[in-house]
Amino acid sequence: MMADISQSDDQNEDVGRRDFLGIATLATSAVGAGAFIWPIIDSMNPSADVLALSSSEVDISTIEVGQSITLKWRGKPVFIRHRTAGEIAEAESVALSELIDPESDDMRVQKPEWLVMVGVCTHLGCIPLGNKDGEPKGEFGGWFCPCHGSHYDTSGRIRKGPAPTNLPVPKYSFLSDDVVRVG
Amino acid sequence: MSGPAPEFKNPIVRWIDVRLPVFTFMHHEYRGFPVPKNLNYFWSFGGMAMVALIGMILTGIMLAMQYTPHVDHAFDSVERIMRDVNWGWLIRYIHMNGGSMFFIVVYIHIFRGLYYGSYKDPRELLWILGVVLFILMMATAFMGYVLPWGQMSFWGATVITNLFSAIPVVGDAIVTWLWGGFSVDNPTLNRFFSLHFLLPFAILGVVILHIAAMHVSGSNNPKGIEPKGPQDTVMFHPFMTAKDTVALIAFILVWAFFVFYAPNYMGHPDNYIPADPFSTPAHIVPEWYFLPFYGILRAFTADAFIYWPVAWLMTPKLMGVLAMFASLGLLAVLPWLDTSRVKSCSFRPIYKWLVIIFVLDVIFLGYLGGKPAEGWYVPASQWATFYYFVHFLVLTPLVGWFEKPKPLPTSISEPVLDTDSSK
Repeated sequence: MMADISQSDDQNEDVGRRDFLGIATLATSAVGAGAFIWPIIDSMNPSADVLALSSSEVDISTIEVGQSITLKWRGKPVFIRHRTAGEIAEAESVALSELIDPESDDMRVQKPEWLVMVGVCTHLGCIPLGNKDGEPKGEFGGWFCPCHGSHYDTSGRIRKGPAPTNLPVPKYSFLSDDVVRVG
Repeated sequence: MSGPAPEFKNPIVRWIDVRLPVFTFMHHEYRGFPVPKNLNYFWSFGGMAMVALIGMILTGIMLAMQYTPHVDHAFDSVERIMRDVNWGWLIRYIHMNGGSMFFIVVYIHIFRGLYYGSYKDPRELLWILGVVLFILMMATAFMGYVLPWGQMSFWGATVITNLFSAIPVVGDAIVTWLWGGFSVDNPTLNRFFSLHFLLPFAILGVVILHIAAMHVSGSNNPKGIEPKGPQDTVMFHPFMTAKDTVALIAFILVWAFFVFYAPNYMGHPDNYIPADPFSTPAHIVPEWYFLPFYGILRAFTADAFIYWPVAWLMTPKLMGVLAMFASLGLLAVLPWLDTSRVKSCSFRPIYKWLVIIFVLDVIFLGYLGGKPAEGWYVPASQWATFYYFVHFLVLTPLVGWFEKPKPLPTSISEPVLDTDSSK
C-alpha cells in the first residue's frame, strides 16, 4: 500500500518534472531558433556601406528661379526646385480642405523659394515628370506621374490620381545659403 | 490498384531493387498505375508543365554560369550571352520563351481543373498544392525578369516591391528590407538572382508532392466520375505515355517556333534599354502572364465603385494589393466555394457557361492590364474585376444550389460502350 502510494506520487512528480523539462527545452529552442533566424533576416536589411551613402550635398547657387535639379540620394531622385513667386503664392493659397493629404505649404519647406522633396511617386514608385523644362507638369502646375496618372501641385502635394500621399520631404538642412545637405 | 511486384529479369536491376526498390516503385507508379481510359488531351498539360520546368532548370543553370548579378554588369553579361557565348542566344531564348510556355500550359492545366471539377473531393489538397505551385511560379518568373536589368526589369521590380508599402505601419520597413537599401539597387539584384536560382527547386519539390497526391486519388477525367474497376481504366504506361508524347511533341514545336521565329514577340522592347533609376518608361507593363492580376491591382482607384465599400477602412492602394492576392487565394478555397457535387461541367448546363465566361473575363482583364490606365479601360477593368470576385463568391456557390445537373452515367465505360441499359 505504502509502495503504491509512493509510486503514484513519484509518477505525479515525474509528470510535473517532465512537463517542466519539456516546456523549458521548447522555450530554450525557440529562443535559440529566434537568435539564429534574426541575423539571417536582418542581413537582408540595408548594410553599413549602403547606410554610409545616406546623405548627399549639393550647391544650389546656380539654380535660377523657376529651375529644378535632380539630386541622387539613397539611389532615389530628390527634386530641388527654386520656386517662382507665382508658384509659392499658388501653393500657399490652397485651402487644406481641398487636399487629399492635407499639409500646408509652410510645413513642407524651410525657405519658401526652395522646395526639396523625394521625387518618387507615392503610388508605386515611378519618377514623376515635370522637373525638367518641357515635361508635363500635370493639371496643378507641379509634377505629373505618367505611370498611373497622379498630379502633384507646386508644393508637391497629391491633388488628383491614385497616389495616397504627398511627395515626401526628406530630412535636409542648409549648410549655408548655397549648400543643401539631404539626409 | 496495381498488379503484383514484377520479377525483374536483369540481375543488376534485381540486385539494386532488393536493396532500394526504385524499379518496383516506378513500376507501381507508371506501368502499374491505372488511369481513367477516357482522358482527353487536356490531361497532357501537366506533363508538358513538367517538361517546361525541366527545360527551364537546365537552361537556367547554363545561363547562371555566364551571368553576372551586378547592376554595372548584368545587362552587358546578358548581351555577352547573346553575342559571344557559344549557343548563348539559343539557351537564353529557350529560357526566355520557356517562361511564357510554362505559363501557357499551366493556365490551360488550371482551366482543365476548373472545367472538369478536378479540385473537388478527394482532390482538394492536390488542387491547393497546384495553387501553391502557381504562386511560386509567379514569384520565380517575376524575379527572373529583373535579372537582365533592363528598363522593364528595373521598373517592374520597383512597382511590384512597392506594393508591400501599402501594408499599414510596417509597409515601408518591409520594402526597405526587400530592397536591402532605399531603392531597387545592387543588393536587390543579388538577392533576386539567389532566389531565382532557389525557387525552381522548391517548385520541383512541390511538384513531387503534387504528383504524389495525384497518385493517391488517381486522375480525374472528363466525365468527373471515379473509375469503378479495371474496365474503366488503362495503365499509365504505355497508354498515357504514348498519348502524352504526341502532346509533348506539339508543345515543343510551339516552343521552338517562338525561339527560332519570334523570340522577342512576348517580351517588351524597353527591356533592351539598360535600367535607368532616374527615368521611368512612359508605360510600365508586366509580362503577359501577369496582366490579369495587374488589371485587378490597378482597378482600385479612389473613385472606383468596387472601392467604396471599404473606403472607410483602407487606401485604394492597399485594397488593390489585397484584391490581387485574394484573386489567387480564392482559387485555393474553390473546393469549398463550389457547392455542387457534380464534378464535370459536361453535366452542369449552367456552370459550364459560367466557367467559359469567367475565362473570357480573365482574358479581358489581361487585355485591360496591358493598356494604360485611362479612358474606358478604367471602368472596364473595374467591372471585369467585380465580375471576377462575383464569379467565385456569389455565382459559384449559388449555382451549385439551384442548378439541375444532367444525369450522370453510371460508369466511365457506359457511355463509351453505349450499352444504354440504365437510361
